[in-house]
Amino acid sequence: MTWETVIGLEINSQLRTQSKIFSGASTAYGSKANTQACAVDLGFPGVLPVLNEEVVKMALRFGLSVNAAINKNSIFARKNYFYPDLPKGYQISQFEIPIVGQGAIEIPLESGGNKIVGITRAHLEEDAGKSIHDLYDDYTAIDLNRAGTPLLEIVSEPDMSSAKEAVAYAKKIHALVQYIDICDGNMQEGSFRCDANVSVRKQGEGLGTRAELKNINSFKFLEKAINIEVERQIDILEEGGSVVQETRLYDSVKNETRSMRSKEEANDYRYFPDPDLLPVVISDELLEEIRKELPELPTEKKIRFVDSLGLSPYDAEVLTSQKEVAEYFESIIKQGADAKLSANWVMGDLSAALNKNQIEIVDSPISADELFLLISRITDNTISGKIAKDVFKLMWDGKGSVDEIIDKQGLKQMTDSSAIESIIDDVIANNPGQVQQFKDGNSRLLGFFVGQVMKASQGKANPKQVNEILNAKLS
Amino acid sequence: MHNLTVAELIKGLKNKDFSSLELTQHYINRINSSELNAFISITEDEAISQAKEADKKITQGDSSILTGIPYAHKDIFCTKGVKTSAGSKMLDSFISPYDATVTKKLNNENMVMLGKTNMDEFAMGSSNENSYFGPVQNPWDISKVPGGSSGGSAAAVAARLSPFATGTDTGGSIRQPASLCGITGLKPTYGRISRYGMIAYASSLDQAGPMTQTAKDAAIILNAMAGFDKHDSTSANKSVPDYTQCLEDSVSGLKIGLPKEYFSEGLDSGVEKIVMQSIKEYESMGAEIKEVSLPNSIHAIPAYYIVAPCECSSNLSRFDGVRYGYRCEDPKDLNDLYLRSRSEGFGEEVKRRIMIGAYALSAGYYDAYYLKAQKVRQLISEDFKKAFNAVDLIMGPVSPSVAFELGSVKDPVSMYLADIYTLSVNLAGLPGMSIPAGFSGNLPVGLQLIGNHWSEELLLNAAHQFQMRTDWHKHSPAES
Amino acid sequence: MSLDHKKVKEIAYLARLNIEDTDIEQATAELNNILSLMDKLGEIDTGDSEPMAHPLKMSQRLREDKVSEDDLSEEFQAIAPKTGKGHFLVPTVIE
Repeated sequence: MTWETVIGLEINSQLRTQSKIFSGASTAYGSKANTQACAVDLGFPGVLPVLNEEVVKMALRFGLSVNAAINKNSIFARKNYFYPDLPKGYQISQFEIPIVGQGAIEIPLESGGNKIVGITRAHLEEDAGKSIHDLYDDYTAIDLNRAGTPLLEIVSEPDMSSAKEAVAYAKKIHALVQYIDICDGNMQEGSFRCDANVSVRKQGEGLGTRAELKNINSFKFLEKAINIEVERQIDILEEGGSVVQETRLYDSVKNETRSMRSKEEANDYRYFPDPDLLPVVISDELLEEIRKELPELPTEKKIRFVDSLGLSPYDAEVLTSQKEVAEYFESIIKQGADAKLSANWVMGDLSAALNKNQIEIVDSPISADELFLLISRITDNTISGKIAKDVFKLMWDGKGSVDEIIDKQGLKQMTDSSAIESIIDDVIANNPGQVQQFKDGNSRLLGFFVGQVMKASQGKANPKQVNEILNAKLS
Repeated sequence: MHNLTVAELIKGLKNKDFSSLELTQHYINRINSSELNAFISITEDEAISQAKEADKKITQGDSSILTGIPYAHKDIFCTKGVKTSAGSKMLDSFISPYDATVTKKLNNENMVMLGKTNMDEFAMGSSNENSYFGPVQNPWDISKVPGGSSGGSAAAVAARLSPFATGTDTGGSIRQPASLCGITGLKPTYGRISRYGMIAYASSLDQAGPMTQTAKDAAIILNAMAGFDKHDSTSANKSVPDYTQCLEDSVSGLKIGLPKEYFSEGLDSGVEKIVMQSIKEYESMGAEIKEVSLPNSIHAIPAYYIVAPCECSSNLSRFDGVRYGYRCEDPKDLNDLYLRSRSEGFGEEVKRRIMIGAYALSAGYYDAYYLKAQKVRQLISEDFKKAFNAVDLIMGPVSPSVAFELGSVKDPVSMYLADIYTLSVNLAGLPGMSIPAGFSGNLPVGLQLIGNHWSEELLLNAAHQFQMRTDWHKHSPAES
Repeated sequence: MSLDHKKVKEIAYLARLNIEDTDIEQATAELNNILSLMDKLGEIDTGDSEPMAHPLKMSQRLREDKVSEDDLSEEFQAIAPKTGKGHFLVPTVIE
């Protein structure tokens, strides 16, 4: 019995505007409760919404980035339901005609290669406020600072067939919205929220009933939540039961999903076009202007890295997955550094140090310019790659610039052939047994000799020259 | 003093015949001794201080033409620091923390607000019997209704408790009470006056407007109320002309259309007589009378009574006892909070319309009701477009009857049917006026004038010319 | 389209309105009366008319993205039915 998994993701990304989608209140995170909720956000009698132009531009940026159809006349609709953090008793959203239509994005597969995931639509809506249950015993406290923050809800086609694919897609979107500067991607603060629609079916059958998973705030949990839900659904179906279409919350502590206990039946949202707002008309001029202003997108960058810089698709993928990493890498390349060498350093030593210290690349103690210098010193033979690692560590700890450290520590590579020759002569003289073994055919002993030379030169002998001269002397 | 029009009061203040303070005190005294129940709040102290401020500005020469003129404000407009109830228990305790744009504009002229007038709850009604604060009496006959929903405003002007008042019109709520109370009322083109701060009933139909003694006054007040507002997405970005400029133009050659559908059965013969009399008056002024047809006008009733309830059912969802307004006592859980606050806070007619709206928008019914109603709206709009190709203005009755007995119409549907002549105008977003045209059995009858979009100048001109030749607008049940 | 008591109660709940059992009969009759008026719409031939959402042919105006509102939370909360620690309070909601 082969079960297939069908996953669609609904991603809500908070657009990083100054003010709210329909009012002039601030969207800054972390302010004292209700200090950023103006009359419009509070839904006082008589208030009216006016649309923020930046929100429209950001939605269009996204649409163009995923090659989506743009609806030049889109409509805001009211989604009617009662909840204390929804001040008007309706959420202004888009229903029948969203601003962004059908698009697609490529995701890398673990097995190598890519897969296209369709994007059904992306629409604009306002966020609700927050309900806080632990401030009081007998009350729920409502903070409406977040009410009215602009959201772009990105709905994928149910094209993903595994949790890993879903995570790959989510990461792609996560990187993209930051690339085009519409969202800060901060999942902890709730700027980027993923809901997963998960169903299973036997091979060849139609779509099974899906459950919607909510309350997932990391990629790790996204993967776990989907996997545990798939297991749950398969268990039910194998026992002859049926899956209920419902919303389930993911509990990361217990690693399980739980049905959202709500006292109401399925909500009838009674969508209708919001009569306080008019159709949003997008001109060709605006679209062109936005298209022109789009930065190079990750997909384009990746292709360029492979084609022009000769990097492997894997390296290109890693280096373009985050805007800040790509920028860091590119500023090294721009100054003329070797692409492959630079890629290795960024993906290797730098990445390891950042992860170990839990820092983002933008906060790296070694700037791109400084790393460029280090790489240059390898390329110009001042130091060897191995020594460079030591220099890197000292730079990280703030012990000075590349040249200062090389100087102070006397780490300059030995490139004087006669000096190297002299050391090699000594090593050969002191290890007759190994020399004989080598000449008898044990070619692996070359490494031993190289090691001895390195030891004798405190690692400073130029490896290439060592190899050349050793080979010459031992043959 | 109280029989002076706004235009006359402006002159009087300028000539120092009286001060704003004297004027204000005079009206306040009249309001305090009136039993019409036209006011929900009488802002006596604020009015006195506003009047003093106005007099100071007039003396300093730092005033506009409307400075010091008192007015009554329909209790649907938010007024900062002052109770704004929309005629409902739901907002009985609501002291608005902000001013509606209309309120701001009138304040900017340093006018004097006498108080907030009574109205049908949340603007839903045609008789002002749906107010939590009790019904308003028609000053012409206190056993009769003044009309609604701007019944308090109409009664206040008719009884000369205020020189003019503000009103709002969603399905006829300025024109119909103006007709029933024998005063002048104007609902401008949709989008002419800002809706920001005007408690919403049906967003695509609501419009504010002046309720005055004369067309000239209406023009003066419209000048102050109209204009683009960046806080209202449905506000038209159109410049405001001086509406008093064209009043004196001749109406000779004006083509007036009479919709044949407006003169069929259901129209009271006494009302019809007065309307036809008025048309003759226009003929004598050189206007050309033609018959036009608005074949879809009969459908205005079902169309309106779907569109309006749908929009209001959503607009009134914000009244939930959480952030302002009425909250039930000791709610035991969230549902209890909502159910009891809303059921106890809203009156019966409001609840009926909310339910109709919720039903019409609910799953499976949207196409048959809301969408269909909007299509009918398009047809009605096209009828008017066609008619205005042939004529300049359309005229007819405002209401099928004169003011009826308080408490006599118990069936909501019967009440709705009487809106037949006014609803289409809101559905099409057109400007419309009611002007006093005569009496039928001692009760006032209004003549309705309907213009094409943005034709307020023509409407006011035609109305003014009629008022130059007749004196119906000078009649008042108030003593001199 | 005629509504029964059950449907009327459902609609009322959708709108968070309570209808007492003693009133349900009258409420149902009134609503059905109004609905029969609304149902007349079904008889109209609207052909291929476009639905008219707004009387004026206007498109949505856009607002510049900048913060223009001050913190008036104290004033706003002063008129709220129940507040505490700067929050609006409702009976505990179980999610």
